[in-house]
Amino acid sequence: MHYKTKADKWFDAINYFILGLISLCMIFPLLYIFSVSFSSMQDFIQKDIILWPANWDFGAYEYIFSTPTFGRAMVVSICLTIVITFFNLLMTSTMAFAIVNRFTGSKFILRMVVFTLLFSPGLIPGYMMVKNLGLINTYWALILPGAISTFNLIVIRQFFQGLPKEVFEAAKIDGANELQIFVRLVLPLSKPALAAFALFYAVDAWNAYFNVILYMNDTTKWTIQVVLRQMVMVSPPDNNLLASLLRDPPPAQTVQMAAILVSTLPILLIYPFLQKHFAKGVMLGSIKG
Amino acid sequence: MKGKLASSSSGLRAKLWNERYIFLLLLPGLIYFFTFKIFPIFGNLIAFQEFNPFKSFWESEWVGFANFQRIFEDAEVLKVMRNTIYISLMQIIFVFPAPILLAVMLNEVARERVKRVIQSIIYLPHFFSWVVIISIVMLFLKPEGLVNQVLESMGYEWISFMSEPDYFVPLIIIELIWKETGWSTIIFLAALASINHELLEAAIIDGANRWKRIMYIILPSISSTIVILLILRLGTVLDSGFEQIFLMLNPFNRDIGQVLDTYVYEKGIKQSDFSFSTAVGLFKGVVGLVLVLGANKLAKRFGHDGLF
Repeated sequence: MHYKTKADKWFDAINYFILGLISLCMIFPLLYIFSVSFSSMQDFIQKDIILWPANWDFGAYEYIFSTPTFGRAMVVSICLTIVITFFNLLMTSTMAFAIVNRFTGSKFILRMVVFTLLFSPGLIPGYMMVKNLGLINTYWALILPGAISTFNLIVIRQFFQGLPKEVFEAAKIDGANELQIFVRLVLPLSKPALAAFALFYAVDAWNAYFNVILYMNDTTKWTIQVVLRQMVMVSPPDNNLLASLLRDPPPAQTVQMAAILVSTLPILLIYPFLQKHFAKGVMLGSIKG
Repeated sequence: MKGKLASSSSGLRAKLWNERYIFLLLLPGLIYFFTFKIFPIFGNLIAFQEFNPFKSFWESEWVGFANFQRIFEDAEVLKVMRNTIYISLMQIIFVFPAPILLAVMLNEVARERVKRVIQSIIYLPHFFSWVVIISIVMLFLKPEGLVNQVLESMGYEWISFMSEPDYFVPLIIIELIWKETGWSTIIFLAALASINHELLEAAIIDGANRWKRIMYIILPSISSTIVILLILRLGTVLDSGFEQIFLMLNPFNRDIGQVLDTYVYEKGIKQSDFSFSTAVGLFKGVVGLVLVLGANKLAKRFGHDGLF
């Protein structure tokens, strides 16, 4: 153990203090939103600043789930996120394993992949492609164009390259083809890494906003992010309207904060798993293959 | 039997037949790449046309570089370009150093448990969507929101943050710092973990205090990581964070907040000026490509592997 000087102790004290302050800044907005969303009308109007709900009130939550749009958008987002996560993972991992192998034209395909990392076709040509394929206003427009993240593809390929080659060679000698090797050996061996990328894809799918705006004109197909934006920024719930609908209406602000919290809940629920995996994922990305 | 057939035909065909399962695995990804990443590149050809959405691509009139010429003559595009670079540089100046400081501070925390708790808290905002973060910001900064409540209780006038253009860039910076600083510490913490411990021990024996160790050993040891990341960030100077800015834009701050990406969206998708907006997008893409390649070369010169 090192001997701690007085200056060291001061250094530690200041360091902990600032880090504590930073952590508080990170957590405070969430805590505030949580507290306000559970506060009653009276508390919201009378109290200057609410740090913890004095009288728990679930009116805001009852209200958002009584509207047809919010619940539907949650269901759309949950289903889409599940589909996108599995689809993307399947597309990315099959291609990543294919380009681990050397085959006719493999160099060309690798170069093409790296090129797409550096140069994207641009917004308008991408939009035109989706439009010409007839995908506008269909969920395919939200699933297909983002099926493979080139960055994830390269990182998963690097991970596959690090798997023990001897196992695959033995399997090949026993007569297994690449498809069998992929399903029976590569996938089981890569479960933790694939779990990490599944989480990354899931977070991206859940948080996606702009592509919905771009490709979905049909408001009944909107995802939770677009509905949330609508509720907070574009057409906030009107207090008079709330009052006409409900006997004891929640104030518009508590409704908005409840909506923010509910739409963040899935992220908060998977965060412990994310934490377990993300450092691994990030570190994988920093290793050059 | 199939094997025999293949070996009797030409060498290439036999090779391809042997690789058939690889191609099977490759096919879905390959179709994806050609459909959404390669083929649309040719869609940029409409930048050289006066594309008419009611006519087909083949019937539209070719105009050469007229649309690109317009980029440099159009006062609005020039303003948008200035905005883009200004916001990007502000991000580099204020957002880039934040995780370095935070990582160094975290690195000084000796208790593993405390460190882990702080990390769990500061990584969290990275996973929130921009819609959620900007919703929170708007609710906090409303005329009757928390920040103005505090200002008024301290005897100040309330401020209309969202409609005051002067607050646009500072808000972008603060949001970005709040969302990404924690997460960005990961790469610097990794660099800090690989510092030579003997060097630190020697410094302690020589009587260097914590501050001196940070200034003369710890920061110099991670300076190459810092320089590389800075160079690579400079390579993407034309990207200033599309979704965040798109969500923050309103009629009051358009003059200062409109950037290349949001401009292309508004001009192209909203106003159907396809050819010109494609030209702006292509211009940005090509300049971006040159900058990234240049940055990568520069990074290699600094003794780093570069990205590719």
